[in-house]
Amino acid sequence: MVDFQLADEYRELSDTVREFADEVVAPVSAKHDEEHSFPYEVIAQMGEMGLFGLPFPEEHGGMGGDFFALALALEQLGRVDQSVAITLEAAVSLGAMPIYRFGTDEQKERWLPVLAAGKALAGFGLTEPEAGSDAGGTKTTARLDSGHWVVNGSKEFITNSGTDITAFVTITAVTGTEKRPDGTERKEISTIIVPRGTPGFRAEKAYSKVGWNASDTHPLSFKDARVPEENLLGTRGRGYANFLSVLDEGRIAIAALGTGAAQGCVDLSVKYAKERRAFGSAIGTYQGIQFKIARMQARAHTARLAYYDAAARMLAGKPFKTQAAIAKLVAGEAAMDNARDATQVFGGYGFINESTVARHYRDSKILEIGEGTTEVQLMLIARELGL
Amino acid sequence: MGDSLKIVVLVKHVPDAQFDRHIGAERTLDRSESILSELDEYPLEAALQLSEARGGEKAGNEVIALTMGGPDAANALKKALQIGAGSGVHLTDEALAGSDAAATSLALAAAIRHLGDVDLVIAGMASTDGETSLVPAQLAERLGLPQLTFASSLEVDGRTARIQRDGDGHSETVEAALPAVVSVTDQINEPRYPNFKGILAAKKKKIRTLSLAEIGVDAGQVGAAGSLTWVASAEPRPARTAGTVITDEGDAGVKLVDFLAAQKLI
Ligand SMILES: Cc1cc2nc3c(=O)[nH]c(=O)nc-3n(C[C@H](O)[C@H](O)[C@H](O)COP(=O)(O)OP(=O)(O)OC[C@H]3O[C@@H](n4cnc5c(N)ncnc54)[C@H](O)[C@@H]3O)c2cc1C
Ligand SMILES: Cc1cc2nc3c(=O)[nH]c(=O)nc-3n(C[C@H](O)[C@H](O)[C@H](O)COP(=O)(O)OP(=O)(O)OC[C@H]3O[C@@H](n4cnc5c(N)ncnc54)[C@H](O)[C@@H]3O)c2cc1C
Repeated sequence: MVDFQLADEYRELSDTVREFADEVVAPVSAKHDEEHSFPYEVIAQMGEMGLFGLPFPEEHGGMGGDFFALALALEQLGRVDQSVAITLEAAVSLGAMPIYRFGTDEQKERWLPVLAAGKALAGFGLTEPEAGSDAGGTKTTARLDSGHWVVNGSKEFITNSGTDITAFVTITAVTGTEKRPDGTERKEISTIIVPRGTPGFRAEKAYSKVGWNASDTHPLSFKDARVPEENLLGTRGRGYANFLSVLDEGRIAIAALGTGAAQGCVDLSVKYAKERRAFGSAIGTYQGIQFKIARMQARAHTARLAYYDAAARMLAGKPFKTQAAIAKLVAGEAAMDNARDATQVFGGYGFINESTVARHYRDSKILEIGEGTTEVQLMLIARELGL
Repeated sequence: MGDSLKIVVLVKHVPDAQFDRHIGAERTLDRSESILSELDEYPLEAALQLSEARGGEKAGNEVIALTMGGPDAANALKKALQIGAGSGVHLTDEALAGSDAAATSLALAAAIRHLGDVDLVIAGMASTDGETSLVPAQLAERLGLPQLTFASSLEVDGRTARIQRDGDGHSETVEAALPAVVSVTDQINEPRYPNFKGILAAKKKKIRTLSLAEIGVDAGQVGAAGSLTWVASAEPRPARTAGTVITDEGDAGVKLVDFLAAQKLI
């Protein structure tokens, strides 16, 4: 009845991405982290490998795979480099997916082939200075004026919004008010595509972050930025609901990334514990270290099963919102807990920036914050329980 | 179809260098953790580039991966199909076990003849296990074809193949008329990784199995019986012992000389 063995094509994809991650990504990870530079050459190779097109059909330039294939690739990349993995995750599940799900034929034809090839990136702008977990608090506005949307406001922490290959950001904006059935009014939130280079739209100076240093994150500002009326993505007034559904899927992807990070910490710790000697023996012979690593492995395994389950439900067309929230919660915590334990196993070397476990330590914290904080996941789970 | 090419790529199934190699009781390698030889990804990439530059399969170009090996060697073909070869041919027969380079090239030559007119046979520079580099040269002799070995570049211009071969102090350009056998080095290109479309497509591609009888080779011509050489013994090399470290306490020079003298090196 229950079978978590991967079908051949999934296993082969996972193996291939693992090889790529070890051979191409890992050797330059520490350098890009140190220099806070965006790994254009790695991203280009990922594009050639079709990673940005994994869940899209071939007619749109995709690989004809599905969301689970994307998740497996993210796990393997997350194991060695979370910045590279989040760049892919945000580009596909937040950038391209809304176009694929809600776009018109023209929008799909225009954007999907370049996005699926990894030749261009798109950002997803929901968070604002005063609207994060409570994303409905959006203050950015878009008003129709002679066939154009005029956008004003700002966004905060937007991934992939300011690279040389960023094509556009999709943002949520208040486009008016609508009446609720009970007669009260509420904001009408819609989604609008704002191409890079639109006058009045700027990706401001990149943040100095604690981690994910090689990923691209900027505040965005919009001052009378005008885009054609047809840049509305999906139905007017459905913007908030559409974004929430995109986020549900995205949680599976981010859970896969977190699982990879958690597993990467295990693998590095096992290797180090066998080599590093103290008090006359390899530290891995001491039960204190063994138990720590065994617990790390249990966390990674649990996180993997959680995201496999959520993905399997999603692909089968069953409800998966709660399972996706559980996977995101468990995997984010597994990554952070494992990163802390791995740093401990590595001792002083674990506190040196260029070591991979130190990078996981700095990178993993955001997995408990981005794409819905731990508390937001708990709220979703509690709501499902009728609380 | 004008300048379209039919290319056979030789791929060997070899033990993964990431794992410890084990030598079995029969003095042959344990092949349980085996992969497509990394050096054979280069001839495959070269073949795919030649085919793609001529319009690919649609324009009548063919890239056929050929391997000789036990049942598991089909995995090397599968990988080649995922990367982009159009079809695979698996030469397998119990009588082939224990073949040396001469027997291997004999069997591969017969298999290639069996495939009909071929424009190019492209091989790797060496297998990553046997490492003799003999197979491509012997194969060319057996097929009566020109051989262009250790190519660091390969172009095909009409019916002429042109390679560059880099020596220690010089680099030569060598040409031959097609059909020809070429072996390529790891400098020739940057092999691609299979993508998911390729992985899915490979499931629909064909792998043909050939036995010795089908290619008209007698069991006695190959395997241990048909080999000109045999492995007399095979022992794992003893692990290197830790070196002697001399710490300089003012007398390091003297200690060094003493050490070298004791080893009878001076
Ligand atoms: C590197 C990075 C990349 C990002 N990329 C993107 C992106 O591409 N697109 C995008 O739109 N956003 C992005 N974000 C933003 C991210 O999604 C938000 O930071 C996150 O959703 C939290 O929102 P906030 O920062 O406003 O925190 P807040 O919502 O202000 O939360 C502050 C704290 O309060 C808690 N809290 C809030 N409400 C409750 C409650 N009801 N009960 C209990 N606790 C509560 C939260 O869990 C949190 O601990 C990114 C952030 C970072 C750091
Ligand atoms: C008694 C004896 C027993 C042996 N037993 C074994 C054994 O059990 N297993 C084993 O693998 N070796 C065995 N060998 C070694 C084996 O003979 C050589 O590996 C084989 O002849 C090919 O030579 P090579 O590997 O040096 O190839 P090279 O000449 O170094 O290879 C160059 C290129 O030729 C092509 N090529 C080589 N071999 C093949 C192949 N089989 N299929 C397709 N293309 C190929 C590839 O493109 C490769 O890159 C044995 C040898 C002897 C004498």
